[in-house]
Amino acid sequence: MNVIQLQPLDLVLASSLLLFDAAISVVLSLGMHRQLLWSSVRMVIQLLVVGGILHTVFSISSPLTTLGIIVVMMMAATYEVAARPSQKLSGWQGYRIGAITISLTSSITVLIALLTAIRPIPWYDARYAIPLMGIVVGNVLTSASLGIDTFLSGLFQAKGVVEARLALGETSQQALSPLIRDAIRKGLIPIINQMSATGLITLPGIMTGQILAGAEPMQAVKYQILFMFLLAGGGGLAAVVSVYLTAHAVTDKRHRLRLDCLVRRRK
Amino acid sequence: MSSLQSTSAVQLSIQVLQSEFAGPFSLDIYQGECIALLGGSGSGKSLFLRMIADLDPNTGSLYLNGQSREHYSAPEWRRNVIYQAAEPAWWERLAGDHFSNEEKEFIKPYFDSLGLSHAILEAEIIQLSTGERQRLALLRSLAKRPQLLLLDEPTGALDIATTLAVEALLMKFFQAGLSLLFVTHSEEQAKRIGHRLIRMHNRQLVA
Repeated sequence: MNVIQLQPLDLVLASSLLLFDAAISVVLSLGMHRQLLWSSVRMVIQLLVVGGILHTVFSISSPLTTLGIIVVMMMAATYEVAARPSQKLSGWQGYRIGAITISLTSSITVLIALLTAIRPIPWYDARYAIPLMGIVVGNVLTSASLGIDTFLSGLFQAKGVVEARLALGETSQQALSPLIRDAIRKGLIPIINQMSATGLITLPGIMTGQILAGAEPMQAVKYQILFMFLLAGGGGLAAVVSVYLTAHAVTDKRHRLRLDCLVRRRK
Repeated sequence: MSSLQSTSAVQLSIQVLQSEFAGPFSLDIYQGECIALLGGSGSGKSLFLRMIADLDPNTGSLYLNGQSREHYSAPEWRRNVIYQAAEPAWWERLAGDHFSNEEKEFIKPYFDSLGLSHAILEAEIIQLSTGERQRLALLRSLAKRPQLLLLDEPTGALDIATTLAVEALLMKFFQAGLSLLFVTHSEEQAKRIGHRLIRMHNRQLVA
């Protein structure tokens, strides 16, 4: 593949566009120029650090190092799943649900890709496993946190309805089923939108990256299709697992609604 | 002692029922008995009813017709011991969608006496008045054929004529063996239909 090597000067030139944004912010009194500059500096530093780490990990090529990186990615995603919803579960419940959802769904999705479609040698090759895990974890995180947030917010609003159904002898599963369905649906919307828009409204990142790196367009398209299927599968699985685990966490064995498990986020 | 206590069997026996917020409560409710529960706002009346229905965490022993609460799954227990909140909730768009076909047939004969239109089941919930919803909620609870009904201010939104109609209906049911424990703020209502009056103060039953 013929990759056009970028030089530092190329990046400096591109950054002038950001300075243009900052100038607009100053002229129009948007008050966002500091934020723009700070986030771009953060982005550059973060990516350079990640690039350095990946370079080292790829050259070490040890399964343990790869596993270590993947665990760190999963831990960060677990924190996000627990912290993002506007209604949060008390204690460690949110982290427990986040950890189970992220580790289970992203591992299943990535293993399927590595063992059936991509099949690198060895199958745990860091060059494939880590980027794949990165994109899947990010997607799974979005689906899980959207699902949990929708479920808990809906539950807070519909507490009276759920309790009325329980009082009439429904199981907690029956009483919560409309909320569970809504939450899973919400968790799947981003990936459905992404699939619908792909190729028509946007050229997706993976495909664009591969084409820029010199891959044949059809080869890049195949990769993109594979990723879309993986992301849809992983996202759907994450929405289902996270919402059902959350539904289980807010009820008890006697089919009672336990809103005392929720901590309302301070605004 | 009401006459029922000497002639009827105990339907629900409550022994040392308590939660973090209320109790302990002990009370025997006899088959076909109607008990009125009075007390100021915040005295714990609704908490007591919710604990009996096992909607809030609690400890203590409850026996329905001699069978311990643990013998029943929670949904089974609540189908036999139904709690109806002061503001009943609805989740379907149409009123009729809250009832099975069999339940619809069961409740229809009571529409006239409660002053409800026969078209009410086709109506949208948001079109119904608070009073209509309250009466329909009562029928929804009765349609489940519970052994004990726990009603939290069941006539709170009704005028006096409709209140009397609801009371007459309830009397028919407890004469047929349904037991009833209901919360009211009206001494008159408590005396009109209650075989027994009990009072609550500071989250405890008082004599």
